[in-house]
Amino acid sequence: MATRWFGAPVQRNEDPRLLRGQGLYVDDIDLPGMLHAAVLRSPYAHAKIVRIDTQAASNLPGVHLVLTATDLGEVLEPSPLLIPHPALTHPRTQLPLALHEVRYVGEAVAFVVADSRYLAEDALELIDVAYEPLPVVHSLATASAPDAPLVHEDVQGNVAAHLLQSVGNPDEVLANAPHVIRETLQMERGAAMPMECRGIVARWDHYEQMLTCWISTQAPIPIRNGLAAIFHLPEHKVRVIAPDVGGGFGAKIMLFYPEEILTPFATMRLGRPVKWIEDRRENFISTNQERGQLHEVEYAFDDQGVLLAVRDVFLHDTGAYTPYGIIVPIITSCSLPGPYRLKHYASDCQALYTNKVPVSPYRGAGRPHAVFVMERIMDRIALELQMDRLEVRARNFIRPDEFPWDVGLVYQDGGPTRYDSGNYQAALDKLKLALDYDTFATRQAEARVQGRYLGLGIGYYVEGTSIGPYEGAHVRVEPDGRVFVATGVTSQGQSHQTVFAQIVADQLGIEPQAVLVATGDTQAFNWGVGTFASRAATVAGSAVHLAAVKVRKKIQALAAELFEASAEDIELAEGKVFVKGAPQRALTLGQLAIKANPLRYTYGESARTLAAMNLAAARPGPALPPERDAPGLEADGFYSPPHGSFASGVHGAIIEVDPATGMVSFIKYVAVHDCGHLINPLVVEGQVHGGVAQGIGGAFFERLVYDDTAQLLSSTFMDYLIPTAAEIPDITVEHIETPSPLNPLGMKGVGEAGVIPVAALFASALDDALSPWHIRIREMPLHPCRLHELLQEARCHKAVLPLATEKPGAPTENCH
Amino acid sequence: MKPPQFQYCAPGVLDEALGLLDQCGTDAKILAGGQSLIPLLNVRLVAPLYLVDINRVAALDYIDARENHLAVGAIVRQRSVEQSPVVRQRHPLLIEAITYIGHMQIRNRGTLAGSIVHADPAAELPALLCCLDGEIVARSSTGERIIKAEQFFTDYLTTTLDAREIVTEIRLPWLPPQAGWACIEFTRRAGDYALAGAIAVVVPTPAGTCQSARISYFGIAATPVRGYEIEQMLIGTTLDDAILQAAAHAAESLVQDDLSDIHATSTYRRALTAEATRRVLRTAWQRCQNRS
Repeated sequence: MATRWFGAPVQRNEDPRLLRGQGLYVDDIDLPGMLHAAVLRSPYAHAKIVRIDTQAASNLPGVHLVLTATDLGEVLEPSPLLIPHPALTHPRTQLPLALHEVRYVGEAVAFVVADSRYLAEDALELIDVAYEPLPVVHSLATASAPDAPLVHEDVQGNVAAHLLQSVGNPDEVLANAPHVIRETLQMERGAAMPMECRGIVARWDHYEQMLTCWISTQAPIPIRNGLAAIFHLPEHKVRVIAPDVGGGFGAKIMLFYPEEILTPFATMRLGRPVKWIEDRRENFISTNQERGQLHEVEYAFDDQGVLLAVRDVFLHDTGAYTPYGIIVPIITSCSLPGPYRLKHYASDCQALYTNKVPVSPYRGAGRPHAVFVMERIMDRIALELQMDRLEVRARNFIRPDEFPWDVGLVYQDGGPTRYDSGNYQAALDKLKLALDYDTFATRQAEARVQGRYLGLGIGYYVEGTSIGPYEGAHVRVEPDGRVFVATGVTSQGQSHQTVFAQIVADQLGIEPQAVLVATGDTQAFNWGVGTFASRAATVAGSAVHLAAVKVRKKIQALAAELFEASAEDIELAEGKVFVKGAPQRALTLGQLAIKANPLRYTYGESARTLAAMNLAAARPGPALPPERDAPGLEADGFYSPPHGSFASGVHGAIIEVDPATGMVSFIKYVAVHDCGHLINPLVVEGQVHGGVAQGIGGAFFERLVYDDTAQLLSSTFMDYLIPTAAEIPDITVEHIETPSPLNPLGMKGVGEAGVIPVAALFASALDDALSPWHIRIREMPLHPCRLHELLQEARCHKAVLPLATEKPGAPTENCH
Repeated sequence: MKPPQFQYCAPGVLDEALGLLDQCGTDAKILAGGQSLIPLLNVRLVAPLYLVDINRVAALDYIDARENHLAVGAIVRQRSVEQSPVVRQRHPLLIEAITYIGHMQIRNRGTLAGSIVHADPAAELPALLCCLDGEIVARSSTGERIIKAEQFFTDYLTTTLDAREIVTEIRLPWLPPQAGWACIEFTRRAGDYALAGAIAVVVPTPAGTCQSARISYFGIAATPVRGYEIEQMLIGTTLDDAILQAAAHAAESLVQDDLSDIHATSTYRRALTAEATRRVLRTAWQRCQNRS
């Protein structure tokens, strides 16, 4: 019986190499004769470029090239609009270098190539740009004001897109419902902040007439295709490699960032390799950001706590350009219903331009906002009706027998928002047990007597994952017995070298350690899309599975011939192939790979062993008969899902708030997650842990703060506070496995999951902890100073909202 | 984030370093642990023509327990102070304050003297030096002078040190054996600069009232701030809740009015300062009670 690796907590194949410091990141690449680039960035959020004088910079010894927009020739084209949408009526994308106008602080204005990065930065200081400042749109409020300045002078009202979606008849239900509440909920900007910033090394090989680029990206194949088109090269003369990538979180799915065009341009111009490495200061102002939305939500419910209708009108801050279309607000719009039976729902979104860094998906990609809105609604219904918060949710869940469930909206992939499977109550029940929910009220009351304020929060979400269009994989058995897998998706830490190996190992009867997985190299695999939207393990994993099944069949067919047995009787186990019941007469996979290649000459120990084994002689006729159309033990597999599969989960936490300081600490954190069949629970738990950490960061620590000239005030890690291990609690992860019927292994994605409900959960927990003051959290992220401010307001009885519930006397405090 | 060009000098003896400063004056910066200077260089906020690296001046590497004070040479790492047996045994308040600084990796490089000379008002060590009435020993080619902490810090990142002087030693007085002490701070994350913090030393009489008190604050103004008025208020009391409340109230007025940033408004800083006052005095008083 072969071991089943799928589902086992296999240690990561990546770790021995990465933990020994043997990883290879873009900045580790050091080519002979390599030059170094630096980018001059706009100090203004909005300005006309009157004049650029690069003379002094060009004259600095050691400087090889200074580029401005006018030097780019036909390459001076706006970056492609990656994902058009009918609602996106006014898309605008960025030039590689700004020509007449800059629209955010950090927009690329000039590109310098020099002997060293030091010199290149010296040269930047010598470039003289005359700007004429223009009025700035620094916030959604400014962007939507009647007399707002315009980010693009030909886009009225700064409206890039107006997206309307609806199901049922929300207007009528809202007009006649027993309870209707309207409130404003806000989520401000955050950023992905991968540990490795962006970076690129480009080399033009004169002899091969070939462009090679190492890029820290999530999408090497689309970049390869684009670079071939931009520079008029055949696709096979452009090779893009994403080596080890130190985190992407969505920010590196974006293309083209200007440097991805400018660096290849420079290497082709100079004939020498060029490296550009983004430093952290640049990352803060030039790598895409996310999260800024303002929701005006109106919702109706009945006396039993059943949600009847939602009308959500929201503004989405898309920054200065829309290279990635309106994917983020579409996902927000489609994710809002969550696990609930929402039959009447209207979503009205305007994506507005602002003079800030462009917005594209960041882990969660519009979902944290949606979950924040919906889970605030659930908590509010519970509060208004004096019902248990979990019970309200339970009354609204889609039941297990109602799948597939059509939400009635068009998802980001253009397909239906159709939940394939789920079991929402089961996860909630697990959470209740893990949090010891039923005793919490007592614990909370006891703590309050001691002056300690505990709060319990929960957040439920459904996440569309595993979208198409497709991914592919190649699986090949090498003559040394190891199995080589290549796929078009990249890895930024997702453990592809482990989980794909597990899938192959199950088919070929080997250990995962014997499988070598190549990702992110366009020369290793030609087809694919990229690693984003919680899709790589499931979509590429299915392709790997399909390819491995084909290879297994080839192995069985060939072995059947050699052993003069029937293919159904051939077994694969422990790296060997044999006839069922006769494992003593076995071939290794490597020996079989040698036999699969009918050469006149063979080499090595295995070949000598084979010769001595008295196997069936080759049949007369062609060495490759029609049923074996190719030599070798290899196959391609492609998988294209019918539509996304929907994972889900619920997180719960107990926090303690210090009302004197607004400081918050986590006492317990539980995540219950359902991503269908688990490939590797260790990997899934790692993903959830990382996501939760990022979610806690986004809820309480990380804030992109812009002033009214749209200058970023939190532009270093001294001010943009990434939580450390000290701020993150122990996280308990529990699993539910509701398989997806959409792919062969029943999987759903998990990459983004951990981050999605955290803001909602944090708000829920704060409301609960601070219930004596009747605080209702309506904004994210929060920070202790803001929390203290909210508490002060409440203490002064400038109560923020007229809650329907009766107010017991709030603790008396001095009001300063 | 690469520094502009500078001339790097690494003298092996102090006189050579002082000679370099005489030649270069304000064009030179002294490099010790580099935990503040190197980031400032990399973001090009400072651009000295000369960098005088004193890490090779072995004569500045000592921790000396003298009769009245602990003396720490200018290139002694914070981590070395933290791990020094004599400091651990005889200056627990310094240990408590120093472990709040950044992270271990930062303390491995950062020097005690460097933190004081950098004079970040949100840092622990300048406030500690003020609290204890410590001293800074500065040398120039013309001689040595001893500067009292009270006279050293003049403004944000600004001290009375002359461009031709090098701090060679920091002197931290010992605490009386019966004293209680504490250092407390409020930060966003472990290791961050304080939004507000306080350091206190209280000495009880045999009868159990407060004989003398010292309290200083960091993160609340352009320099470390000594709470003289609060110290007077505590004498003769038993630091009961009413006194702590009065002290907390008095502390609020020490917070600089315009000290608002993205993490804390001055209103919030006042609240934190009041709370820090209550907590630091309570802890310090408990510690001396426990000893007697």
